[in-house]
This record gives sequence, structure tokens and C-alpha cells, in this order.
Amino acid sequence: MGIDIKSVPYEDFKDNEALEELRKSGHSVVLSTIDDLINWGRSNSVWPLTFATSCCGIEMMATGAPRHDFARFGIEVYRASPRQADVIVVAGTIVRKMAPVLKRLYDQMADPKYVIAMGACAISGGPFVYNSYSVIRGVDQVIPVDVYIPGCPPRPEALLYGIMQLQRKIKALKDQEKPLVITPKEVPSAEETAKMLATTPSSGASAAAPQSTSSATATPNPVAPPSADSSTSQNAPS
Amino acid sequence: MTREELTTLITTKYPDVKAGTMKKYPEFIVPSEKIHQLCRELKDLSETRMDYLFGETAADRKDGFHMVYFLTSSTLGHCIMLRVVLSDKVNPAVDTVCDIWRAAEYHEREVFDLFGIRFNNHPDLRRIFLEDDWIGHPLRKDYKDSFTLVK
Repeated sequence: MGIDIKSVPYEDFKDNEALEELRKSGHSVVLSTIDDLINWGRSNSVWPLTFATSCCGIEMMATGAPRHDFARFGIEVYRASPRQADVIVVAGTIVRKMAPVLKRLYDQMADPKYVIAMGACAISGGPFVYNSYSVIRGVDQVIPVDVYIPGCPPRPEALLYGIMQLQRKIKALKDQEKPLVITPKEVPSAEETAKMLATTPSSGASAAAPQSTSSATATPNPVAPPSADSSTSQNAPS
Repeated sequence: MTREELTTLITTKYPDVKAGTMKKYPEFIVPSEKIHQLCRELKDLSETRMDYLFGETAADRKDGFHMVYFLTSSTLGHCIMLRVVLSDKVNPAVDTVCDIWRAAEYHEREVFDLFGIRFNNHPDLRRIFLEDDWIGHPLRKDYKDSFTLVK
């Protein structure tokens, strides 16, 4: 209960008189209507951060270009500042040197903020999952992820579908259902991850294996989805 | 110059330099103590005029680290490849060529970063990609860390 905003403790809002008034006045009717309205507005104006680290960024640019034009969905303007962005599309490989930068960008974004992990590298490390000294095995080891979009890289249609899933998720969220503070899951040690991979039937056998097995097993979602509508892992449309 | 002319020129001047068998470029296997002198001469000779070092890297092979240098001449158009075998796998070292081609400075920092090959007389030999406190050199075959899943 109460008005919970991601990564801000409830105590910080105690002195906010307006919120207190709203909460006293039976928010089950008032707030849920307001929630719906706010969520409708939020979901149709999700501004992404100008952030791409490799070839998925090219697909993201193609999605923004006239042929696919994701401005149709309200993902409108790329903001060059995290202070003005609502969603960060992690489009590409994140290496150990980039991870603190990504974390800082995420921390600098204003709430509510959302994360889309685009492509095999951002989901699980992708082609670098088995043998790399530098690549982070999945961006959810650094920041919490709302929607995963598989592909290497995903086609623009897949990104559009992922964006639509994010919009559905935003619309389904009620403020009181949001987890109070989302913490990234603990980084598994190499032995744990190796064990996890060893238990999957096709560990290391084929080149095609990393994408399918590791996105399903190596990166379990750290946060339980708040409602049935907001499933966190989506498949691309055929 | 053609491959044969280059081979004749270099092997007569330097009898301990052997011609290699690589197809794409004329290849020469150079003793490590001769590499600086040979590079200087290849750049200064009017027949070769190798004024452009377009690649310098290394490989971890069974018989040691192989330093490879790719040279070309922007006026004469020919390319060659030089290979230096460093059999010391623990503390490999070779003379720098960055006083001959400035481009070698960053190439050699990269090789030092990832293979741990030291370059004598290099003006600024420190890591270029990895953090300064990184332990080990990741592209060595015997590199071990807790981050790589497959050994």
C-alpha cells in the first residue's frame, strides 16, 4: 500500500501533503482512475535515450527512420540527456568498462524509467557468452530490465513489438503494485554460471545454442512481474 | 618491387632473415635483434620506401609470440610482412619501431595490453584498452580469470 515509486523509499515522500491527502481520500477509486490516466499518458510518450553500443543500434536507428517510424507508437524523440529520457534501449554489447557508465546513465534518468534489453548481447552476452574476458553476460546484471527482445540483431519489427509490450506493461502497472525498490540481481560468479550452463542440455555444443539456451536459463528475471499482462520476456513476431 | 626482387634485396643484405611462405604478402622471418635496423633501412632505402606501417599485431603460437608487421609504400605500392618469433613466453620483449613510424606507438600499447610483450625504448608503454589495474594479459593462451566460462 502507499504510493511507491521505483528506487525512491516511501519515507522520502512523507512530507508531501498532496500525496497524503490523495491517499487519505480513498484512493481505490480516485487513484486508480488517475493511475489509468497517467499510465495512458506515460505509455504513449516514452522518450528513449540516445544510447547504442553496437550493431543493434543500427537496427534501432532503422526503426526510427521513415520506413518503420516508431514515432507512430509515441516513442518519439531521442533525448541526448538521461534527465529527459524515459526508456533506455540497451542496444548492443556491454563490456565491463561500459557497465559503470550504463549504471550511471540509468541512475540519472528520472522516474518512472524503463529498460529494454535489445538483442542477444544485452540479454545474455550473446555470441560472447562462453569465452570472453570482457563482456557482461546480460545487462540485467547491471540494471533491471523490463522487456527482452531476442535477435542478433532483432529486426525493426521485433523492436516495435517489444516497444508495444513495454507500453502494455506501463498501462498495466498500478502505482501500488510497483515494487518499492528494484535492485539488480546479484552477479552470479563464474562457477555458478558455468553450473547453470552445464545443466542445460546443449551447453557449448553448437554455435546456435548460446542465444536460445542462455536467454532462457542464464538470465532469470530478478523481479516478479507485477501482473499477468506484463510478462517480461517476449518473442518476436514471425 | 616484385616479390622476387624484395626477397633478393632483403636476404642479400641480411643473411639471417629468411623468406616465409605466406601467399598474400612477401613474408620475412626476422631475428628480434635485427627488426629495428631492418625497419629503418626499409623505410630509408629508395628502392623500398616503406613509409606506412598499416598493421602491427601479435599472436600466441606454440613456439612463442609472433610479432607481425605489415608495411607498404604509398609511392611504390608494394607490401611486405615481417614476422618476429619471440620464444620467451614469460617475459617477451622486442625493440620498438615507433621512432620509425609514429603509428606503431598505439599498436604496441595494444599488443602490450593484450599480450604483455614489452617494447624496448617505447616512450609511453602502458595499457590502452583495459584498466590500469587489470591483472594479466587476456589474449595469451594461458590467461586465466574467473570471468571466462570456457577455459
